Amino acid sequence: MKNLEELLNKSVVELKPSGIRKFFDIAANMEHVISLGVGEPDFTTPWHIREAGIASLQQGYTRYTSNWGMLQLRAQIAAFMERKYQLSYHPEHEILVTVGGSEAIDACMRAVISAGDEVLIPEPSFVCYKPIASMVGGVPVVIQTRNENNFRLTPEELRAHITDKTKLLILPYPNNPTGGVMRREHLDAIAEVLRGTDILVLSDEIYAELTYGDCQHVSIAEIDGMKERTVVVSGFSKTYSMTGWRLGFACGPEPILTQMTKIHQFAIMSAPTTSQYAAIEALQNGDEDIANMRAEYDLRRNYIVHALREMGLDCFEPEGAFYAFPCIKSTGLDSETFCEQLLLQKHVAAVPGTAFGDCGEGFIRVSYCNSLPLLKKAVDRIREFIHECKQEEQTNG
Amino acid sequence: MDRLLKILEDHARYTTADLAGMLNISENEVKAEMERLEQENIICGYKAIIDWDKVSDDRVTALIEIKVTPQKAAGFEEIAEAVTACPEVESVYLMSGGYDLCVTVKGHTFKEVAMFVAKRLAPMDNVISTATHFVLRKYKEVGTTLVHKRKDDRGTLSL
Repeated sequence: MKNLEELLNKSVVELKPSGIRKFFDIAANMEHVISLGVGEPDFTTPWHIREAGIASLQQGYTRYTSNWGMLQLRAQIAAFMERKYQLSYHPEHEILVTVGGSEAIDACMRAVISAGDEVLIPEPSFVCYKPIASMVGGVPVVIQTRNENNFRLTPEELRAHITDKTKLLILPYPNNPTGGVMRREHLDAIAEVLRGTDILVLSDEIYAELTYGDCQHVSIAEIDGMKERTVVVSGFSKTYSMTGWRLGFACGPEPILTQMTKIHQFAIMSAPTTSQYAAIEALQNGDEDIANMRAEYDLRRNYIVHALREMGLDCFEPEGAFYAFPCIKSTGLDSETFCEQLLLQKHVAAVPGTAFGDCGEGFIRVSYCNSLPLLKKAVDRIREFIHECKQEEQTNG
Repeated sequence: MDRLLKILEDHARYTTADLAGMLNISENEVKAEMERLEQENIICGYKAIIDWDKVSDDRVTALIEIKVTPQKAAGFEEIAEAVTACPEVESVYLMSGGYDLCVTVKGHTFKEVAMFVAKRLAPMDNVISTATHFVLRKYKEVGTTLVHKRKDDRGTLSL
């Protein structure tokens, strides 16, 4: 038999491994690490939501549901989308319940992309879009967003990357890792470019409920002429602190959702039943939980951004998600060295911006999914580290 | 200034600079607000939560139920004030239900606390009866878990 490596799917073998593997290994052998590197809430799922999951088990609801997900849950998702974003989706054939938002992204990209199709991916952004595009034979086309634009996608940048092969635009806002958001006026400008083209949109809105200040999330599907070309992906993980329940959903035009559901049916069958029962409770009675968690995140966001700026780092104000994305170029270190040294010397874990695309160089992602007292400790350590970096630079320079 | 109070209720050791950052206001505003809250006795004090069981075994806490005959004019105020004035007493609550005052008392030994109840509380005018319950172990104190703090089970890094 040939070497196994040679027998495997080349497009998978050629995928780059995650940019944080090295840090895992360092952190694994270290004690008292404060992690600002985590992309999931520190809150436990609110009790009434857990209770609904438990009750469904007690009542013996342990079988598959419809491939699309329970109709009752889809009806609740439809009501939620209507209530929050004035978007009407038909529960029966425009909403699919998936295993996390990730599966919805995967199914959508598989359903839409044919070999050779170009997929526009603004970066820095979550790490799954490029690999999925490549695996299905598509061509990922990165659009680098910039600090000076608050990491928004601009219409000029979008237009410059469109060709006659462009099939799909990924719109990852509120953005992981930058915390950047697209407000209505920014989406209007993007819609203006898309109108009259056949480009579809995958809008990853997993952080939609976590926006701060006077910033209310707007979905591109709300903009005139966009709903019919857009699949909105969201989920329960970030909104209700339900990462481990693995539950997400996609809303969009029936022809796309029908194909996505075929893929989902063959790969997954149906999303976890217990989680679906819990999700119904979340959507029905979870608004207050969202408000409470958002208020707590907002305090942390203010605190961390303020503290990073006080240290002399340039940090634009993140208006969504739960990350700050400060620029660390003034320390003279690149992102990866900065994070490695910070972890080794001060036992604080953060993620180098480069893990989210080449244009993340010079930045680090700081997650504020931690209690304020712990953030305070982390801030003290980072302050020391930066002070030492600057001293060293002065001595050397 | 609900948000400031909520932050301090969870953790009182932030500096005014920390608080200013969290609330996105100036440090002077925080200072002025805290002074006002202290002066108006809305913030009544700042104390550490200590698990004394880890330090020494000569500390005892008891919860005392007291039944009282209320006074015509003063109701329960007079007796509550008299109980509050005792330094051994940690907290005094007026209760609904089967008894009137719930009092926590600290001391060095069971006997000391029992004698305090017998000699100081029980003989007070209008006290009808007392029932003393000793605390054997504290699991949680003012919202803070004292035993088996759960570790963060999230990984160190995830994207």
